[in-house]
Amino acid sequence: MQRTAEQIEKDLLRPIFRSSPRYWIAVGISSSLVLAGVYAFGYQLYNGIGVWGINSPVFWALDITNFVFWIGISHAGTLISAILRLCNATWRRPVTRCAEAITVFSIIIGGLVPLCHIGRPWLAYWMIPYPNQRCIWPNFRSPLAWDFFAISTYLTGSTTFLYLPTIPDFAAIRDASKGLRKRIYSMLALGWQGTPRQWQRLEIAMHIMAIAIVPVAVSVHTIVSWDFSMTLVPMWHSSIFGPYFVIGAIFSGIAALILAMALLRRFLHLEEYLKPVHFNNLGKLLLTMSLLWFYFTFAERLTTWYGNTPAEMTVFWETINQHFAPMFWIMVLCNFVIPLPLLAIKKLRTIIGTAIASGAIVVGMWIERFLIIVPSLDHKFLSYSQGSYRPTWVEDTLMAASFGMMALLYLLFAKFVPMISIWEMKVGLQPHGGGIVTTEVPGAKRHGLVLEGPLPTDVEE
Amino acid sequence: MPHKWAMVVDLDRCTGCEACVVACHAENNIPTVGEDQAARGRAMHWIRVERYWEGDFPNPRVRFQPVLCQQCDDAPCEPVCPTYASYHTSEGLNQQAYNRCIGTRFCANACPYNVRVFNFFDPKWDKPLHLQLNPDVSLRSVGIMEKCNFCAQRIKSAEIQAEAETREMKDGEFTTACAQSCASEALVFGDLNDPQSKVSRLASSNRSTKLLGELGTKPNVTYLQRGT
Repeated sequence: MQRTAEQIEKDLLRPIFRSSPRYWIAVGISSSLVLAGVYAFGYQLYNGIGVWGINSPVFWALDITNFVFWIGISHAGTLISAILRLCNATWRRPVTRCAEAITVFSIIIGGLVPLCHIGRPWLAYWMIPYPNQRCIWPNFRSPLAWDFFAISTYLTGSTTFLYLPTIPDFAAIRDASKGLRKRIYSMLALGWQGTPRQWQRLEIAMHIMAIAIVPVAVSVHTIVSWDFSMTLVPMWHSSIFGPYFVIGAIFSGIAALILAMALLRRFLHLEEYLKPVHFNNLGKLLLTMSLLWFYFTFAERLTTWYGNTPAEMTVFWETINQHFAPMFWIMVLCNFVIPLPLLAIKKLRTIIGTAIASGAIVVGMWIERFLIIVPSLDHKFLSYSQGSYRPTWVEDTLMAASFGMMALLYLLFAKFVPMISIWEMKVGLQPHGGGIVTTEVPGAKRHGLVLEGPLPTDVEE
Repeated sequence: MPHKWAMVVDLDRCTGCEACVVACHAENNIPTVGEDQAARGRAMHWIRVERYWEGDFPNPRVRFQPVLCQQCDDAPCEPVCPTYASYHTSEGLNQQAYNRCIGTRFCANACPYNVRVFNFFDPKWDKPLHLQLNPDVSLRSVGIMEKCNFCAQRIKSAEIQAEAETREMKDGEFTTACAQSCASEALVFGDLNDPQSKVSRLASSNRSTKLLGELGTKPNVTYLQRGT
């Protein structure tokens, strides 16, 4: 059933003006997780980083696993939304906003992890190249310094990319509200009136951002991979890591997006907007990524095995059939064996099917990052100084807090911003097959939605 | 480069007595972390004596191998530090500026020899060890990486002494704490740029080898392989 423009606006603005008790319970649970994380971090600051399970030689473990994991998750939104926008894939419309929000929040979380993990977090600002009396710059040869620039660029870029297409929707909320709320949204709407000139500028700005953000996203996870591959550590020093990490990031990102969409659909009653076709299309994309992930993992392992250098083979066997073997094979199960039939067989590629596959992939990709970091550090070259690692409650709590923070930020975002772009949905109502539209879109008069220029064909059912 | 500080470790001479480890702790104000932390892999030795067993009962043999910072010319720990805490001196030493360290621990991961040690907690010394701290060496605090620096404070004071007496530094005028305490003279420290120094002569021995030399880190510590 096709919805009218008024219905769309009513449906999508509802969560902003009204919230169920269930919503507040979810907010309560996620904020208590965040508070637990704040406590754990305070405990760590007071006592020293030794309250973590890290040791010599496993100096990085859960912390950097979570860092890579969250930066990986951030690749769903921006990249998918940018590529789908550039290809003019019209089915993207209900998907882009929730995807871009995942990106912004997971970069924030991913960026906070390294701040917590360093030995002296109060000196983290030394990574910034600021003028100081000692004339010391950051070391630009260090992949960690590149990380700092990559992630701050990515955060700025994707925040802008999220903000631009939200401006007309902020205007819609402004027009629908009174009092303080109206004042706040007036500021957020940046004086949006919906004039043809404004639409044209928005269109151009979004196009520029969509093109610019793709290379930024690819470079970010490549640089994250260089934290590892720029060292001599066995199984880290590999040229495949750049593309391998980018593929893994997009893979886990799409999975997180599908999970988020399934939850939004259920709890915000967006059944009319997030339809099986969206899960089906993203499911196909996820299937491609799963195959690519398998290809990269296979290529990485095969070259290591043929190279057959003792230090690398120690790590190789450690993951495949020794201490870390259970984790390794669970990873293969989660990233390939479970998702493959669910995503490849049309009958199974339903909302439930893709959500189950996505859940497995998120777990599998977390394990992948752990298996890249810990077994290699455990088994460096000199067999006398090998170690083992077990996390403590502080690390576990901080990790739980990172998930709580994601949920909290997402919940709050859903409260203040429509999770589906209202104006883009209205554009989707147009029956035109790419002709010039000079009339106003029905029902969009109130905030002055006037369209000019060609409209893409809408292939939605 | 006026000096090129280097060490030779004669594996034939090492008895595994660990006097070097104790001397290093005393000289460089290295805290003792206690049994519990040591069991968790957090012992803070700047030099350690690795033990490798060969052969089975009834004829097992133990081989000792002292491992300290190799003071690499191409050190993997240096380029990865985002704050220049780990840097190269003009005399080829691989140094650690404690004040610059923010504790990313990247250097320790990058080091193939695992010779960098980290202050997981604020350092403590069991009484009465707190009364014997070396005034020439700064104390480190929690969250800082540290490692062997070839007793930089001894090099410095010998340099100052030589300068005051307007003469060149002589070979054997000073040595590191580990080499000084080595009863079997397995550890020898000196200047490779002085062709007459003991360390130069030993380093050119046909038994000489580098630890993990194949990695291309160009260590300044030379190991003399066992004759047997």
